[in-house]
Amino acid sequence: MERFLRESAAIVEVELIKLVRDPTEIVSRAVQPVLWLVVFGQVLAQVRGIHTGQLSYLAFITPGILAQSVLFSAIFYGIAVIWERDLGVVHKLLVSPARRISLVFGKAVAAGFRGILQAVVIYLIAFVMHVSLRLDPLAIFAVLAGVMLGSGIFATFSLIIACIVKTRERFMGIGQLLTMPMFFASNAIYPLDIMPSWLRVIAQINPLTYLIDALRGLMIMGGESIHGYAVDFTVMVTVFAFLLFVAVRLYPTLAE
Amino acid sequence: MNTAATDRFAIYTSELTRQFGQLTAVDHIDLRVPYGQIFGLLGANGAGKSTVIKMLTTLLSPTSGTAEVGGFDIIKSPGEVRRRIGYVSQLVSADGALTGYENLRLSAKLYGLTKAERDERIADALDFMGLADSAHKLVKTFSGGMIRRLELAQAMLHRPAILFLDEPTLGLDPVARRVVWDRLLDLRHDYGMTVLITTHDMEEAETLSDQLAILHVGRVSVVGNPAELRAGLGADATMDDVFVHYAGGLIHESGTFSEVAQTRRTAHRLG
Repeated sequence: MERFLRESAAIVEVELIKLVRDPTEIVSRAVQPVLWLVVFGQVLAQVRGIHTGQLSYLAFITPGILAQSVLFSAIFYGIAVIWERDLGVVHKLLVSPARRISLVFGKAVAAGFRGILQAVVIYLIAFVMHVSLRLDPLAIFAVLAGVMLGSGIFATFSLIIACIVKTRERFMGIGQLLTMPMFFASNAIYPLDIMPSWLRVIAQINPLTYLIDALRGLMIMGGESIHGYAVDFTVMVTVFAFLLFVAVRLYPTLAE
Repeated sequence: MNTAATDRFAIYTSELTRQFGQLTAVDHIDLRVPYGQIFGLLGANGAGKSTVIKMLTTLLSPTSGTAEVGGFDIIKSPGEVRRRIGYVSQLVSADGALTGYENLRLSAKLYGLTKAERDERIADALDFMGLADSAHKLVKTFSGGMIRRLELAQAMLHRPAILFLDEPTLGLDPVARRVVWDRLLDLRHDYGMTVLITTHDMEEAETLSDQLAILHVGRVSVVGNPAELRAGLGADATMDDVFVHYAGGLIHESGTFSEVAQTRRTAHRLG
């Protein structure tokens, strides 16, 4: 256990150094949520076509847009891993005696820290737009925990895809193919109960839905989790554990 | 684990074989590399050199046959093998977005060195490789020779018994190449390291290797020391003659598109 933590921490440390050294990505990733909240959210709020209960439409989609940025920034972890494979960094890591699970878990945790930066950006935008946010420390802590877990899920998922497709060109295609449907087949910008039933079925097996459900209750004044936090977090932890299990088996094939 | 027959050898393979679909990249190879030798592995592109190295460094599992590295079986005890080896891949594995020091610290942590060991060995390695003054610069500002020396430094931090080098001087200018050779000879002298090196460079093979093996379409076509191999072909024979004779043709004649593309990429990044 001590060894696992030490090795994972070494991977996280390197990723964070790189993130701090080149923060352009943090800035460029902030653009999309601004568009969604400031433009899309405000315009759709005028239409009043989507019933979001007692929440304003903008408050309703704020957690959805946070989850979306978590998804989009984590899913491109696969590209980074393919890049590392082309460079030979993956080979260097895999000839070391570090456990495979430490290498994969370290990446997931690093993605979690990126997710937290996204959360900070969204909180700021939402604050400026007068969304009534829950600001009690426990709720914020739980949001960050959800964001870390969600980032870990999507980064590990992305790593699995990278191990299967192995080239950047193929990954770019598949990345687009997965992220947009995952986003639209979730409760991010409309509630589950207005979906046609076939879409609702897909949304119910989409991990993004559980992340958004938890965030909606934890982030927004008057928001509620439909499934309950216990279900949301249990689903996320289970999915993460399963993906980790698969990724640990596939990661070494990158160096073959 | 260790048997009387194998414990003189740092690397001992028995009928080591790897197939990719219909292609047999490595075909029943028996290699014996005694401790403390620099052993050259030569062959045209696609002869199986990199596949042999990938199997011996536990990155790729054999289709059949076995190998012991540092006295441990590569299939049954990959963890023990990894602890005893260092590896510099043909690719450029140092992370350009980190400093030289940060690259070394990452390796030290993954190999489980204590804080005290870490500081001491990183300082030693930087000195030894002539990188002490550039330790805190980003690796992407390094020259090709500096990157290769940094990678050697990374590979020796945990004092491996056996070092695997896949074309370590590819793309380097003659001066940088000479510096890498000197450091390798020092490593063997100072630490008694066994080195297995693949190369396309006949001068390199002759200067460094105590023994070399030439691979041809996945099989060992000859093993011997460079002077003996030359003498075997006549008084005036050069290493190029030896290579052409045993490797079944000229260098760079074969190789797939992706291999050639990768070689060019590496040379470009170091040059």
